[in-house]
Amino acid sequence: MKKIINNLFKSCKALLNKLFTKIKTAKKKTLLITIIAILIFISVWLWDNPTFYFLTRITLYSSIPLMVVALGGMFSERSGVVNIALEGMMLMGAFVGLFIMYILQGKGYNGQHIFLLSIFIGGIVGAVYAILHAYASINMKANQIISGTALNLFAPALAIFLARFFTGTQQLNFSDPFRIKRMGFLSDIPVIGKILFTNVYLSTYIGIVILLVSAIILYRTRFGLRLRACGEHPQAADAAGVNVYKIRYAGVIISGFLAGIGGVVLIVATTTTFNANVSGYGFLALAVLISGQWRPGRVVIVALLFGFLLKISDAVTLIPLLDNLRLPSNVYSMLPYIATLFVLAFTSKKSQAPRAAGEPYDAGKR
Amino acid sequence: MDYVIEMVDITKKFPGVIANDKVNFKLKKGEIHALLGENGAGKSTLMSVLFGLYQPDGGKIKVYGEEVKINNPNDANELNIGMVHQHFKLVHNFTVAENIVLGMEDTKNGFISMKDSIKKINDLSKKYGLKVEANSIIEDISVGMQQRVEILKMLYRDADILIFDEPTAVLTPQEIEELMDIMRQFAKEGKSIVLITHKLREIKAVAERCTVLRKGKYIDTVEVKDTSMEEMAEMMVGRKVLFDIEKQENEINDTILTVEKLNVRDLINNKLLVKDVSFEVKEGEILAVAGIEGNGQTQLVEAITGLRKIDSGKVWFKDKDITHAPVREKTLQGIAHIPEDRHKYGLVLDFTLEENLILQDYFKPQFQNYGFLNFPEIHKHAEELIENYDIRSGKGRLTLTRSISGGNQQKAIIARELSRDNSLVIAVQPTRGLDVGAIEYIRKSLLQKRKENKAVLLLSLELDDVMNLADRIVVMYEGEIVANVMAEDTNENKLGLYMAGSKRGDGYEKN
Repeated sequence: MKKIINNLFKSCKALLNKLFTKIKTAKKKTLLITIIAILIFISVWLWDNPTFYFLTRITLYSSIPLMVVALGGMFSERSGVVNIALEGMMLMGAFVGLFIMYILQGKGYNGQHIFLLSIFIGGIVGAVYAILHAYASINMKANQIISGTALNLFAPALAIFLARFFTGTQQLNFSDPFRIKRMGFLSDIPVIGKILFTNVYLSTYIGIVILLVSAIILYRTRFGLRLRACGEHPQAADAAGVNVYKIRYAGVIISGFLAGIGGVVLIVATTTTFNANVSGYGFLALAVLISGQWRPGRVVIVALLFGFLLKISDAVTLIPLLDNLRLPSNVYSMLPYIATLFVLAFTSKKSQAPRAAGEPYDAGKR
Repeated sequence: MDYVIEMVDITKKFPGVIANDKVNFKLKKGEIHALLGENGAGKSTLMSVLFGLYQPDGGKIKVYGEEVKINNPNDANELNIGMVHQHFKLVHNFTVAENIVLGMEDTKNGFISMKDSIKKINDLSKKYGLKVEANSIIEDISVGMQQRVEILKMLYRDADILIFDEPTAVLTPQEIEELMDIMRQFAKEGKSIVLITHKLREIKAVAERCTVLRKGKYIDTVEVKDTSMEEMAEMMVGRKVLFDIEKQENEINDTILTVEKLNVRDLINNKLLVKDVSFEVKEGEILAVAGIEGNGQTQLVEAITGLRKIDSGKVWFKDKDITHAPVREKTLQGIAHIPEDRHKYGLVLDFTLEENLILQDYFKPQFQNYGFLNFPEIHKHAEELIENYDIRSGKGRLTLTRSISGGNQQKAIIARELSRDNSLVIAVQPTRGLDVGAIEYIRKSLLQKRKENKAVLLLSLELDDVMNLADRIVVMYEGEIVANVMAEDTNENKLGLYMAGSKRGDGYEKN
């Protein structure tokens, strides 16, 4: 019996290995062409299928905040500070951003500028909250995991306390007039029009802009080069005349800013009440960051995948193929977390984390 | 105003040690000035103070006759001071050019523009014969080229005062020659050079004056041409030093360790780190594995001692196949291991000395009874070893291992390993970072084992160790053995060629 299992295990392993080497040896170009071909095939096949567009739409609603927050984490970790406080920063940003929205909507204001204002304020609050993490881990050289955990525990407590103090209840209700139904001729572009220009939030475009700007900053600017150097080898950066402390502060504060934005965007796109939690999206964003190997290009892909898995349970009844399986919907709800475990288990070995991430930098130490 | 640098009464304290105690140092324009001292004498600290990495607790620094305060490396750059650090300060996944410009990047409309920088790098590289490829990634290039990148980094910043911290430790004898030529060229152009080293031969070859430090204190500054190597050594150590240890003829007997076509892979990128390595170690012989750091020697030894997984191939100990045997089985059968990183693999630093001395034996009936430790035995054992191996520490067997000096930590490991009944000793860089006295002691112990008809496998990056101890030498290059020669048939120059991969020994031709 043991032998059979062993053999089975071995052959499975061999098969997996073969598969992996095949994927690895396939040239980048061929891979790209295959992906494009599959995409074209899918769009031709589904180009008139409303379920498909429903699914892409709700996928974007959760993928965009995931991506923005993961990019935030990227700035922090690439500078050498591990940031597991993304969840807390998202929550603080979302709380204050939505509190402003709640007040303004109560006074009869409405419209996209309120949404943009909330997003901006959410970002600022996230950045301010991040300063706590920066101070603890850069100046005080505290353990970054513990500092992050403390901030994660503190955020919901503070949000509930403040919400009750100001409104008497801990729930904030707001209305959602921010979804844009159509964007003129843009919505008529085949396939893309329906995915990107129908029933969207402005935040989708903000997210795309943040992605492009982040990638450019990281790889094309002086600040990006120095940031990456501080995350890999702070002693080298220091000897080259770069102020490691300043760069790390900048990295952590940017990460708080993006996490705050992600918090507001997530809540607005997925619900109309805020109850002092962001349902673990901060931690998922961390998983996205790690699976995305700390690179913007890969982070997008993983964020889309995770967003899709998070939302598939909402769409099961609309997809005959899956509906016929008659699986309990909980199975689908588990998918993103199972995927996280798998992805992390398979990528962790080849993980290319910034080498100095997690290590406090001390210039006077020998 | 002859001096470009004057450091007066510099004091620098670290918690528990005074690294520099009122040290004086003066550098003339256009000279090559050696800074000599043992490990821990405070040479690097002094130069790090000059480079702005540490702030001195006392004393003053004058550059070109003017008193200055150097708060960080930026200040040093502005004073045209540059430094090549012993452990290179290079970002492993950046290109050569990115590493050189880091900190003073050219930008165009806010974006980094590398074109002019790369041209400047190429010009400098041509002018001084410092061959580099501007667009290669650091982790893909050789250690020698990494050092050239560090030198270019200084030149790119227009440095006139160049500090080299132990630059030859990672180079082959041929590369050392090249480096010295380059340093002479710098001096001729009027640049002033500080060479930090503990190797007297290099000082004799290239330096004009030499400042000696010992245990953080300034000893003297001498003219190199008027001072003999013996005199300099005596200033450095504080007593007369034996240069060569007597090595007697020895009878070589049965084979103890056989390694057959051993292959070891990197778990992360699947590259072969050790390729088809085969050799034997016999009773009464010291076999040295030589090579430049990072050519698979470490992985080879880790595979043999059981710290790393073997991909394919066989390891035989006497007549037993121990390829996949667990570490404890290997030690019980009689393999002693003096590991490369004594803090990571050799000792539990927060244990007491006596606890560290039984790490390999605590489970034997001598030291435990039904799982309870037998303290009287442990005490006795520790006192015996401390006595026999002359391990010096503050509180004897109860001293925390972290608080004793590197040399005595190494002695503790040697005591633990050699006192057990062994037929093979595997010693990895046993003299690394130790002072001359400790080095002498360790070399003698290994020779003693050889005399007792034990086999010794020695891995060392110091050619001095290799030449002084080995009966036979195998040289590794890029994971392969490229030569297997008797020590008396070779010399440092020949070994250097093998180590650089530019020559292969008989029977190891490239196929």
